[in-house]
Amino acid sequence: MTRRENDGQVLDRLPATADERVVEGRATRREVVGWWVDRFGLEPATFDGHTFWEKGAGKVWAFAADVGSPADVEALGMTFLRTRQEHWKPTTDAVQRFGRGATRNVVVLDDADARAFLRGETTDPDWDGDWGYLAVAHEIAGDVEPVGVGLYLHGELRSQMPKGRRREL
Amino acid sequence: MDPLARYEPLVDDAEAFRAACERPLPSVVRVNGIKATPDRVARAFEAAGVGFEPVGWHDGLFRLADDVSPGNTWPFVHGWVYGQEEVSAVPARVLDPAPGERVLDPCAAPGSKTTQLAALMDDEGLLVANDSNLGRLSALRSNAERCGVTNVAVANTDARHLSLKPFDGEPFDRALVDVPCSCEGTVRKNPDALEEWSLSHVEGIAGVQRAILARAVEVTRPGGTVVYSTCTFAPEENEAVLDGVVADHDCRLVEFDVELEHVPGVTEWDGERYDPSVRRAKRIYPHHNDTGGFFCAKLEVGA
Repeated sequence: MTRRENDGQVLDRLPATADERVVEGRATRREVVGWWVDRFGLEPATFDGHTFWEKGAGKVWAFAADVGSPADVEALGMTFLRTRQEHWKPTTDAVQRFGRGATRNVVVLDDADARAFLRGETTDPDWDGDWGYLAVAHEIAGDVEPVGVGLYLHGELRSQMPKGRRREL
Repeated sequence: MDPLARYEPLVDDAEAFRAACERPLPSVVRVNGIKATPDRVARAFEAAGVGFEPVGWHDGLFRLADDVSPGNTWPFVHGWVYGQEEVSAVPARVLDPAPGERVLDPCAAPGSKTTQLAALMDDEGLLVANDSNLGRLSALRSNAERCGVTNVAVANTDARHLSLKPFDGEPFDRALVDVPCSCEGTVRKNPDALEEWSLSHVEGIAGVQRAILARAVEVTRPGGTVVYSTCTFAPEENEAVLDGVVADHDCRLVEFDVELEHVPGVTEWDGERYDPSVRRAKRIYPHHNDTGGFFCAKLEVGA
């Protein structure tokens, strides 16, 4: 039997496009890849080897292989993107993994602000780009490296580092 | 009870063995190839004034200075490094998985070897990480995510009865069977490891180990590779387990190289005799390379 409602305990593969959507409100593969490409300027081919899954209310997972759907396992790959809300939100782990290829909506913090961001604090960097969720990065060992997700609103950058990932360095 | 005394007849230098077991272990990190290179990690540690030195036999392992807490460094935050005991980096290299393969890690949590396998696979192919303990699986998931691993399917079943059904019914190319054990070889890290030691525990867990290894052999394709490892010295949990599985499963022990000093598996213990091929397994004692103790064997599944 085909379920038409999302079961939060089960990993279901995302439909490729809206035409194939059965479960109400579920994001499609095209939308999910399109979001990352639009938001961060990534090459669409970045995700050619990945399948995308929903488990939990709107939690989308990126998996570098494929198995039958629904998947009878606890987890597939990494949590990637939060959907089913007005503004989709990338995860810290996805920004760390895929954010290196980003060409826009990346704010690069100086050393002191990067440490404050990692502590979970709000900072006030120079930024005249979009508001919303940004990839937050800093310079380390000769290159720019993403740290996590920041919410830029009303002229300030609110750290979205999960509590368990915050550090005092 | 002094469990280590049991093994003095097996080691070449009982005094050095004993002394090494009493020394604390240095803190070691492994560079995560999915996100970083040894050079970049070295540059970041140098810039932050973190003391470290390469281990010599493996480019991607750094011993840290005594005052360093690896979790509180930028390379850790970025998932560039994983705190892992030096000798426990051996079995994934012996398994040597390639990108695109199907690989099983039946006793995976908390994930040091799983993340190493994913890196050796360039995060491509299917890596099934199973563990019977749901709490430890949550640690595995957060470790894998921090390391940027996306090719892992996390399962919560009893490894003795692992089913291929969730994985399209297809067998694996390789399996890394790093079983729960009495952990005698981790005494340098956990001095308590020997306090609860008992022969009945060793004998009980050996039955579990044998069933897990047997199941891994069954779900690996003909010609595929299975690596068996423990962090313990007890032959009951090592050579005896191999002896039992090669006797009633279509698989054989094969030769392999490791860069660390080691001695061959033992063929006699406590009145028992094992299949002579268990000599192809390797015992790494703490005094050999100033590491924890370890046991590792490589099997080829019958073609």
